Amino acid sequence: MNIAKPNSYRSGPDERGHFGIFGGRFVAETLMPLILDLEKAYTAAKADPAFQAEMNGYLKNYVGRPSPLYFAERLTEHLGGAKIYLKREELNHTGSHKVNNVLGQIMLARRMGKKRIIAETGAGQHGVATATLCARFGLECVVYMGAVDVERQQPNVIRMEMLGATVVPVQSGTRTLKDAMNEALRDWVTNVHNTFYCIGTVAGPHPYPTLVRDFQSIIGNETKTQMQEIEGRLPDSLVACIGGGSNAMGLFHPFLDDPSVEIFGVEAAGHGLTQLHAASIAGGRPGVLHGNRTYLLMDADGQIQDAHSISAGLDYPGIGPEHSWLHEVGRVNYLSATDDEALAAFQLLSKLEGIIPALEPAHAIAKVMELAPKRPKDHLMVVNLSGRGDKDVPQVGDILRGKK
Amino acid sequence: MTTRIDTRFAELKKEGRAAFVTYVMAGDPDPKTSLEIVKALSKSGADVIELGIPFTDPMADGPSIQAAGLRALKVGMTLKKTLDLVRDFRKSDNVTPLVLMGYYNPIYIYGVDKFLADAKSAGVDGLIIVDLPPEEDDELCIPALKAGLNFIRLATPTTDDKRLPAVLANTSGFVYYVSIAGITGAAAADANVVGDAVARIKRHTKLPICVGFGIRTPEAARAIAEKADGSVVGTALVDALKNSLDAEGRATAKTVNAVAELTAALAKGVKGAQQAAE
Repeated sequence: MNIAKPNSYRSGPDERGHFGIFGGRFVAETLMPLILDLEKAYTAAKADPAFQAEMNGYLKNYVGRPSPLYFAERLTEHLGGAKIYLKREELNHTGSHKVNNVLGQIMLARRMGKKRIIAETGAGQHGVATATLCARFGLECVVYMGAVDVERQQPNVIRMEMLGATVVPVQSGTRTLKDAMNEALRDWVTNVHNTFYCIGTVAGPHPYPTLVRDFQSIIGNETKTQMQEIEGRLPDSLVACIGGGSNAMGLFHPFLDDPSVEIFGVEAAGHGLTQLHAASIAGGRPGVLHGNRTYLLMDADGQIQDAHSISAGLDYPGIGPEHSWLHEVGRVNYLSATDDEALAAFQLLSKLEGIIPALEPAHAIAKVMELAPKRPKDHLMVVNLSGRGDKDVPQVGDILRGKK
Repeated sequence: MTTRIDTRFAELKKEGRAAFVTYVMAGDPDPKTSLEIVKALSKSGADVIELGIPFTDPMADGPSIQAAGLRALKVGMTLKKTLDLVRDFRKSDNVTPLVLMGYYNPIYIYGVDKFLADAKSAGVDGLIIVDLPPEEDDELCIPALKAGLNFIRLATPTTDDKRLPAVLANTSGFVYYVSIAGITGAAAADANVVGDAVARIKRHTKLPICVGFGIRTPEAARAIAEKADGSVVGTALVDALKNSLDAEGRATAKTVNAVAELTAALAKGVKGAQQAAE
């Protein structure tokens, strides 16, 4: 597509929440006043040094930041090309990058006087992070999770319940992340007076894509500083997996205006792009769902299609609107990895580095396995290890034993 | 421009009674039966017909209307076939106002300009699109008004006095007041609370105000009709339809009658309402 290159890739969205044609506020009237309130509250919080100071305290002492930027020596040797660094988001409290955003939103909810928090979750990482911070701050927590995902991510369901959250298995539609989001929106419309909707990714109505991006940008900002300390320069490339795209946006955004940095997002290709998959950019087109215009998987009538991925966290037929825009302006390259490629990467990283990744970032590792060997040895490649694989051990164990 | 909606509300005002507005899902349980149901609605006393556009992800609808949409999609209903249904209905009824209600994505994918032209020529009078608040008026609302269709906006309990003017600015036909914060088919609306809300909105507009969400019985429809310019019933009709289906979800000999009988009873309730003097 012929779209003029902007002066900066970091200036969006406009005041109506648009990144190019993407984004916006496509929600029922019942929610509109609250979304406008949220935007006001967020603008005020951003300008308040006390808010940032309080958040920094929790990020350091509760979440455990900064997360290390780790040189993956054996993976680098094995692939024989680029020098690979892992941004260790899986070492955060709760085991993934999700906590960065949840902390910010829970602090906003507290400022807005909301006592009841709802969330949707796919793999359960966002649900666990939300349940954790609700426990920490004494807030009621209800997590919507597709019934299919409740089955395949049992460890996280148990964790959420131990943390005092109510997990509601969603039986409607495809019974995965998209339906969990529908059900969370229905709850929100019903309980809008006392409820804060803590969205887990860079999607939904404005201002969510922006505020989630801002809370996650700590990943890229730390990476920039750490790489400067270790190698004395910018990385040459970044790789991250994408469902809705929050870990990717968090890593990418601080580097968007550094033209020497190549950026790769990895969607879930499921059984392959000609079969069932969850790669919205590779296999979708612009449409409107869940409050925003973005790339979606759908049929000729505009009906949303079932996504498929081995990874519950990527099993969603859409993507954050800013990613759709970065795709159209050509700043980020969007690739995809299949279930089988992700499984192979899951095992490779476990055996070479002693790090069991979640199935989500295993998709990013799978593309690193393709990209790194083609790059010179002085090429610095950063991959976001967005979550740890404990939650996936039972599922992957079953698959591997079944294959033997 | 005057649509069938404007004409109908002008007539009702002369008669001094409230409108009975019905909702069913297009293509539920199949396109042929659905056409017969829509015809039966107007014959049984519906003053305005809302026809749902099936969508996979109806975020503001409860289980009954979600299921109705899925039944329609399962038998291959599309937006194009929904417009065909309207065109067929217009062969036998050219006066009853017909409003399409649904979500934006199928229209966006159909193409806004083509959709508006096709809808107008098929005999559609107005649109209610749940996920298009005034902040997104450029998408469909303004083009729809230019194309000669009414754009009926939802006002809700969370729409305060400060926001009402923005919500009402480009609204035409009537205002749909959502009686509760919630999804379709949920809790019942309290007629007195609704009365206060209608009075509040009336201070900002001369348009008729119809009230929906949570109205299931002739008594409830009547109580609301005494406080507003119209009562909207959807989920109760969709449930009556569903209860008439066979085990595989197919229409039976009872299906059209089941909807028609409930419609007649509800219409009687609305028509028995004593309207407050204005």
